[in-house]
Amino acid sequence: MFRDAALVAGRDLRIELRSRVVLWQVLPFSVLALLLFAFAFGPSQARLVQSAPGLFWLALLFSTVLFAQRSRALEGSPATREAARLLGLDPAGVFLGKTVALFLELVVLEVLLVVGLLLLFHVVVVSWLVLIAACLLAALGLASASVLYGALSGEARIRSTLLPVLLLPILAPVLIAGVRSFQAAIKDGAGLSGRWLGVLAVFSLVYTGLGIALYGPLEEN
Amino acid sequence: MRKQLDRWLGPLAFVLVALDVWLGLWITPPDQVQGEYVRLVYVHPAVAWVALYVAFGMAGLCSVLYLWPRTRSLAFDYAAAAAVEVGVVFTILTCITGAIWGRPTWGVWWTWDARLTSTALLAVMFLGYLALRRVPAEPHVRARRCAVMALIAAVDVPIVHFSVNWWNTLHQGATVLNANLSPTIHGSMAWTLLLSFIAFTLLFVWMVIARYRLEVLRHSGERKDLDRALSERRAEGAEA
Repeated sequence: MFRDAALVAGRDLRIELRSRVVLWQVLPFSVLALLLFAFAFGPSQARLVQSAPGLFWLALLFSTVLFAQRSRALEGSPATREAARLLGLDPAGVFLGKTVALFLELVVLEVLLVVGLLLLFHVVVVSWLVLIAACLLAALGLASASVLYGALSGEARIRSTLLPVLLLPILAPVLIAGVRSFQAAIKDGAGLSGRWLGVLAVFSLVYTGLGIALYGPLEEN
Repeated sequence: MRKQLDRWLGPLAFVLVALDVWLGLWITPPDQVQGEYVRLVYVHPAVAWVALYVAFGMAGLCSVLYLWPRTRSLAFDYAAAAAVEVGVVFTILTCITGAIWGRPTWGVWWTWDARLTSTALLAVMFLGYLALRRVPAEPHVRARRCAVMALIAAVDVPIVHFSVNWWNTLHQGATVLNANLSPTIHGSMAWTLLLSFIAFTLLFVWMVIARYRLEVLRHSGERKDLDRALSERRAEGAEA
């Protein structure tokens, strides 16, 4: 399973590096979202710092939908699925591989968004450990849920409208826990963060487990 | 038996709902604290019970039965679809009746309370389920996707139920299904409340049976259309 996962993750990342769709389309969208949020809230620095945690996670969630569409597009054609079956790839391995690739892409996005917040919103992070833990746990949860829901959402022509409707409601716990963790990270002391980091960890574990169990049956024709 | 059920179930459900309305509005006394607003208790908890536990519970159970290889049948998929569709209607009714009670009691139509928010999320997730059902696919592929979606969404049901215990909420705790299983309502109010649960459950069963039959007819119609189109193409091929 892990060998198959490494193969699929390598393939997805190689395709992204060569096509540069993520680099030229998805990442600019995320930065644009941050800028638009700033325009909407006005130039008041206090207001921007106060709303920064919410804006960070909203930008991340909306970008995750694009990442999920992109990740599914790589797997979506019947020929690709047929090839994976003929090669004898374990569906759980395919799921894990796609999750790892998406996880790494989301981590890059999170780094970019944090840098954006530091430079544009003048956010001062007090507890980097809390922020990094929240970002890594959330990226895993977002990646596993996105790959699972990508498989659920069916054909390409429907997916672009259906996937956000299916995916965004179930990402609500990540949004709530992520915002609380981020607030703890930019305030003095971690306070609430332990419980909310726990929520992120449970979400990630549950969706990774569900994906490993259900990805195979969902990909059957 | 089936014809008799068809004949009596709907009218019986409507008569019981009418009886519940009559008892709730004219016979039961006003509450010492809430006054006349308590009369919504003969609608709101029963509607919420049907939506959360009966409808989504049935959808979850039918989805498990579909996914389980030994019991796999499209009948369970159709039953889950019927339960979710009616359940979404009842969830929206739950939110509306709750808002009508909340405005005079809490001072707002809506508040970001854990119970309310988790219920709204549940409604949106099952709306997603209904959207997923409309994606064209081979019946068993669609059934498998929808069963997985229903099971994931059904995880929110216990969160909604226990939200009043896990978080500090404005919404009151359970009146009947509380931790001690000791109802905090008595007399004619308790009997009317019980009647409301029976009436709305019967109404749900009647609606689900009707919706299930519609789903079966729709799928058999789709199959007939497909067979007809295939035979027409074959006939064209034979002529050529």
